[in-house]
Parts: sequence; structure tokens; C-alpha cells
Amino acid sequence: MAASAAVTANYVLKPPPYPLDALEPHMSKQTLEFHWGKHHRAYVDNLKKQVLGSELEGKPLEHIIQNSYNNGDLLPPFNNAAQAWNHEFFWESMKPGGGGKPSGELLALLERDFTSYEKFYDEFNAAAATQFGAGWAWLAYADNKLKVVKTPNAVNPLVLGSFPLLTIDVWEHAYYLDFQNRRPDYIKTFMNNLVSWEAVSSRLEAAKAASA
Amino acid sequence: MAIRSVASRRTLAGLKETSSRVLGLRGIQTFTLPDLPYDYSALEPAISGEIMQIHHQKHHQTYVTNYNNALEQLDQAVNNGDASTVVKLHSAIKFNGGGHVNHSIFWKNLAPVNQGGGEPPKGALGGAIDTHFGSLEGLVKKMSAEGAALQGSGWVWLGLDKELKKLVVDTTANQDPLVTKGGSLVPLVGIDVWEHAYYLQYKNVRPDYLKNVWKVINWNYASEVYEKEC
Repeated sequence: MAASAAVTANYVLKPPPYPLDALEPHMSKQTLEFHWGKHHRAYVDNLKKQVLGSELEGKPLEHIIQNSYNNGDLLPPFNNAAQAWNHEFFWESMKPGGGGKPSGELLALLERDFTSYEKFYDEFNAAAATQFGAGWAWLAYADNKLKVVKTPNAVNPLVLGSFPLLTIDVWEHAYYLDFQNRRPDYIKTFMNNLVSWEAVSSRLEAAKAASA
Repeated sequence: MAIRSVASRRTLAGLKETSSRVLGLRGIQTFTLPDLPYDYSALEPAISGEIMQIHHQKHHQTYVTNYNNALEQLDQAVNNGDASTVVKLHSAIKFNGGGHVNHSIFWKNLAPVNQGGGEPPKGALGGAIDTHFGSLEGLVKKMSAEGAALQGSGWVWLGLDKELKKLVVDTTANQDPLVTKGGSLVPLVGIDVWEHAYYLQYKNVRPDYLKNVWKVINWNYASEVYEKEC
């Protein structure tokens, strides 16, 4: 199921929609330089090498992800493909001057499905804090409901049948230079200062349209 | 957010050597952070003092704290006959207990160069490595490759299969101890490849960490374990 128009089939390392120092002091330029410039870049480069000459070559990224997820019995391209997708989605989940409470329809839906923004905040926080080892926490949309999901390693909601709306990377490389072991502080900083609710809203519109 | 000064003493003042203590009236045994047998900076330049201090005082300590909490909750649930809580606690016990077990082995797997770190194994273990892997270099190459290829968080191990009497190389995910891969497996050398084990120093280049960590591997300890089991 197509959930996002943003990620292309060309396996391109798209830069974040802001300069690498634009999220300071909440997420350092150094972190972006390594996280985007090394980790994300390696997933894209390795994916290209991995699918070269195979029947997956040239297929849309989401096709590779679904195909190699293989109902949980992961095939080799899954890690690179899903991580390439997840990281592009992550950069676009943040913006300078972001964070805090959304408004309008998005706030209404969060209040409908979580009782309050504060309850959503706590649930998202808890998911991100308790995903053991490497992984991601998500706000996702399925069956006309918003929900919080946590996933290990490279897994994302696409393969679980729901539309991703927001993500936070909780692999240690995402926060170690800025926060070391203090993952809870990183999560709070993300929620309070980095979330792009505009991105979440437009993804929600796309998800609703795709479900209609 | 840099760490300005690295403590030169390996432990917080007053920590004793015992790694367990009895809690209150119930008698469940809980755990304490074991001392390191060397200073935090003693493994440099292979592993920085900054990493050793955070790894020991923060990560391992957190596993110990959370493991103790889970054990106390387990004790209560068992006494209350609360089966579903007992089952629910399994993952916390596996994560945190495994984290404590694995890191306790890891600190003994490491030694400063002037305490034998990096010195190749001799005796029975040295011979067994040559038999099973051709040479120490062969073993190192295999473990480094498997450690580098591990996706996400986990450990790469040299283990002894007690039953089959042979050495094995294997990996475990997250904080799963080696025994989760086989009941007869005894860990000899474990290398932590969670990003927290190397990131501040080696960043994304896990292969460089794996190249350098062998310079401080304590083969004496691994030999002792091997000879005890054989």
C-alpha cells in the first residue's frame, strides 16, 4: 500500500529540508553530519549495490520494502531499503522551531484517539523510551484511527499495514553524540522542539485519501 | 555535550566487590554493579576512557537497577500467584538481566596492555583456536566480520559448546546472553557491538572499533574459562 509520495524509486540520498545546523541546539550539526551524511548515505549506497542486476533493480523503494519484509522472515535488501525510507521520513518529521502542541484538525484527532495531547505525548514518549535496542517509534494511521507504534531495527508501519505519520529514530546513533545514554532527554527534546506537525498533517491527508 | 573530566578511579567511592546482596526479609538476591579491574582510561587508545566510564557507570548500572526492579516485581507477582504479571516481566528480565550478565563478562574480557590485554592465547585455548579456525587471525577475521554485519544492537561471541567440545562463533541480538543460542554454550569472549560501545570514538565506523578492540582482549580470562569447562 502506498503511504507516501515523498520517497522516490531512484534511491537518492535526499538532503533534509533544512541546513544541517538548523536544528541546533536540539540536534547538533555534528549529529546530522554523521547521521545523514554517513549512516543514511550508507543505507542508500548499499541498497543500490545490493539490488543492482536483480529483479528488484529500479523498483519503487516501498515495493522493495514490502517484498523483502517477507512477512517477518527478512530478506537481505530489507535492512537497507527500509532504513533508507525511514531516515528520509525522519528528517521530514522535523523542522527548525518545531515541536509542542499541534492545532486544528490534528489536535482534534489526537484528542479523539488518545483523550488528550498529553496522553498522546506520554504514550509516544513511552514507546520511544521502551523500544529495546535499536528501532523507531511512530504515530501511525490505520482503520481511521491514530495510534502509537514502536518497531525494532528497520521495521516500519508500512509492513504492518498502517500509514506512518511521524517518527523518531531511537537507534543509539541518533542521539549518542548529543545525549549519550540519556534517551529520555532526547525524546523530550524531539517532542518539545523538533516535531513538524505540518508534515504530519499533510501525511494524514494523504493517508485519508489513500484509504478512501 | 562533552564529558570534561574522566574519573581516574574505576569505581564510585565505597563500592564493594560483592556483586550481590540479600534484600530484606524476602531473601531475593539482587545485584550490584561489579568493579572494573582497571581504570577507565587504561584501555586507551583502543577504547576511550570517556566510553568506558559511560558504558560502566550509566549503561551497565541502568541494566543492574532495572534488573533489580524487575526481580522485585517478579517476586511479588510469584508470591501473589499473578501468572500474567510473571509472564509480562519476562522481557524486562531478559533485557536487563541479560545486559548485566553480558557486561559483567565483557569487563573481564578486556584488559590493559600492561595487564596482558591483546596477548594471544596460549595453552589449550590457543590450540583449540588453531584447530577450529586455522589461526588466531582466522578467528579474529570471522568474529570481526560477523560483528560488523550484525544489524541493530547485539554481541558477537566466541563460545565453547560444552557438549560437542568445540569452539563456535555466534552473535546474539540486543542483550540476549549466548546461552539463548544453545544451552550448552559457554561464553569465552564477547564483544559488545551496540553503538554505545564505540560511537563516541569510532562514530559510524564499527569495523575500526572491531579492528582495535582485539588489542585489549584478555585472552588469559578466556583461557581460564575454557580450561575450567574442558
